[in-house]
Amino acid sequence: MASKVLVFCEIKKGKFKKGSLEALSEGKKIAAATGGGDVTAVVVGGSDAKDLASSLGQYGASRVLVASGDWLADWNSDAMTRAVVLAAKAEAPEVLFISATLDGKDLAPRVAAALDVSLGSDITGATVEDGRLVLTRPVYAGKTYVTLKLSGATQVVSVRPNSFTLETDGGDAAVEDLALDFSADDLKVKVISVEAAASEKPDLTEASRIVSGGRGMKGPEHFELLETLAEEIGATVGASRAVVDAGWRGHGDQVGQTGKTVSPNLYFAVGISGAIQHLAGMSTSKCIVAINKDKEAPIFKVADYGIVGDLFEVVPALTAEIKKIKG
Amino acid sequence: MRIFVCVKAVPDTNANLKVGSDNLTINPQGVKYVMSPYDAVAASKAVELKAANEGSELIALSVGKDNKESRQRIKDALALGADRGVFIKDDAAHRDPLGVAKALVAAIKAEESCDLVFFGRQAVDTQASAVGPMVAQLLDIPFVMDCISLEIADGKATVKRSAEGRVETLEVSLPAAFSAQRGLAEERYAKLKDIMKAKKKPQADFDYAFPDAGYEVTAMTPPPERPAGKIVGEGPEAVGELLRLLQDEAKSLSF
Ligand SMILES: Cc1cc2nc3c(=O)[nH]c(=O)nc-3n(C[C@H](O)[C@H](O)[C@H](O)COP(=O)(O)OP(=O)(O)OC[C@H]3O[C@@H](n4cnc5c(N)ncnc54)[C@H](O)[C@@H]3O)c2cc1C
Ligand SMILES: Nc1ncnc2c1ncn2[C@@H]1O[C@H](COP(=O)(O)O)[C@@H](O)[C@H]1O
Repeated sequence: MASKVLVFCEIKKGKFKKGSLEALSEGKKIAAATGGGDVTAVVVGGSDAKDLASSLGQYGASRVLVASGDWLADWNSDAMTRAVVLAAKAEAPEVLFISATLDGKDLAPRVAAALDVSLGSDITGATVEDGRLVLTRPVYAGKTYVTLKLSGATQVVSVRPNSFTLETDGGDAAVEDLALDFSADDLKVKVISVEAAASEKPDLTEASRIVSGGRGMKGPEHFELLETLAEEIGATVGASRAVVDAGWRGHGDQVGQTGKTVSPNLYFAVGISGAIQHLAGMSTSKCIVAINKDKEAPIFKVADYGIVGDLFEVVPALTAEIKKIKG
Repeated sequence: MRIFVCVKAVPDTNANLKVGSDNLTINPQGVKYVMSPYDAVAASKAVELKAANEGSELIALSVGKDNKESRQRIKDALALGADRGVFIKDDAAHRDPLGVAKALVAAIKAEESCDLVFFGRQAVDTQASAVGPMVAQLLDIPFVMDCISLEIADGKATVKRSAEGRVETLEVSLPAAFSAQRGLAEERYAKLKDIMKAKKKPQADFDYAFPDAGYEVTAMTPPPERPAGKIVGEGPEAVGELLRLLQDEAKSLSF
């Protein structure tokens, strides 16, 4: 049976999240694998949302439902939940995809609960068998994987950023208004203020490149070295727990089983020994580079490429070489 | 105020887990269990709020296998400062998040009232970050994820949330639910006398008949093997070769 697929596409800073576009591309593949169902995107955002919406055609949407208004410009998870639930009830899709960004992880479970169906959370693989999804996801921070199936009327799935390829061979999408049945006054969560973090970089959970530092960095002041390297390659800076516990970096920067689980295309571990809890959070990275002065450090066991050496010499040399290549 | 904290038994993060011979669960041999680390942060905050609001009661809830390791998590919460514990037996190998949420909701609704419910930002085994938002949705109360500070006054909570690229300050009216990011509270550690005192605190079982979840785990597998890596070289001289490999072989950098 051809499955109808609905994909929530998240806007941040006037752009769609890459993870949402990946989810859309994957949604199109899933629809095709079930015999060619419709792929509809749902977008909730400020007054620019409508203009942005038509671009979703190329990633696979044939229709885009848009709820927009100035009061929807800032993320409010209560508003998002209500809007997406409304769209899901109206469309009754067999599959609902939401990118597992930080905010998507907040949204997806609420939508699933409101629809009274379970959730495939933060999944990294999807295939179709007998018209239903077969999903895979890492558990225990990647120490093992599980395969699971959902049998509710709507299969609600949050998909991990960087796990699916982005395709741009789609066509045009029809943009339609999604009329909401609630207003700003109905919201249970009031946003008092929003402080932007110093970094404009994507969050670790969705960054496609990450440069992480460990205790080998010797102090917070030396993270400048990593910031400069990260700047050159468009990466987000992360840290080991030792660094966070020492107060050198914020809690949100911690990579690992009790920090953030990350899956970038490229992960640099600089002055990080590679404790099991750290490895658990980053072993799904596509390419891992380790820089450590101890050639016995466990990080080298998972690294694709390693340099044995003093990071205070290797990192500046690396940054300089990249600058040279870039010209 | 009546405060709830939801705590889960998870394998110690130090454990090197292997898939069991059933290809469905982990091999339990030699695996130690602990309270999920973020739940300990949530519990620490709940205890702090209980102390600051006279006449409050703090109830620890846990859904888990009917064994010592799982039940011990309720005792851990009591030792940290909870007043009483409610344990919900669940014999499923993999209980889905909606099932856990529904059981917790049933246990909360069985109490006289509810003002605050605390969760960890994620359980470090399932890593779903799903149960908290689901419970809030089912109770139809506000939920704030990844809280890094929280103050209660006049029936309202003012919360800071560590969100993507930003810190939000939010206001919600009570009852409300929250998940704890590290930093929300100074983490408490039980002393021997707390552990002794906890033994006298009330613990009850709550029976819950889990509905069919429409969620089935069909297999557990080891992670995909990573191809053997290589040491590119030593010291700064190796960076040229590293960059070549990253561009030409791994195709993970291009300029
Ligand atoms: C319950 C629990 C949960 C945990 N969760 C996490 C988690 O989520 N994430 C996490 O990261 N950790 C976690 N840990 C901590 C973990 O066990 C390790 O202690 C931690 O990861 C070590 O951090 P590190 O690698 O930065 O420091 P270290 O282990 O001290 O390693 C520093 C490394 O830097 C190298 N080095 C030193 N100087 C230089 C130099 N000049 N040049 C190059 N290399 C140098 C050293 O050779 C060494 O390998 C957890 C621990 C527990 C108990
Ligand atoms: N079995 C359980 N018993 C009690 N609380 C739970 C259980 N599972 C999850 N939780 C709570 O929900 C949070 C998020 O869990 P999860 O959605 O599995 O990542 C945990 O940190 C706990 O606070």
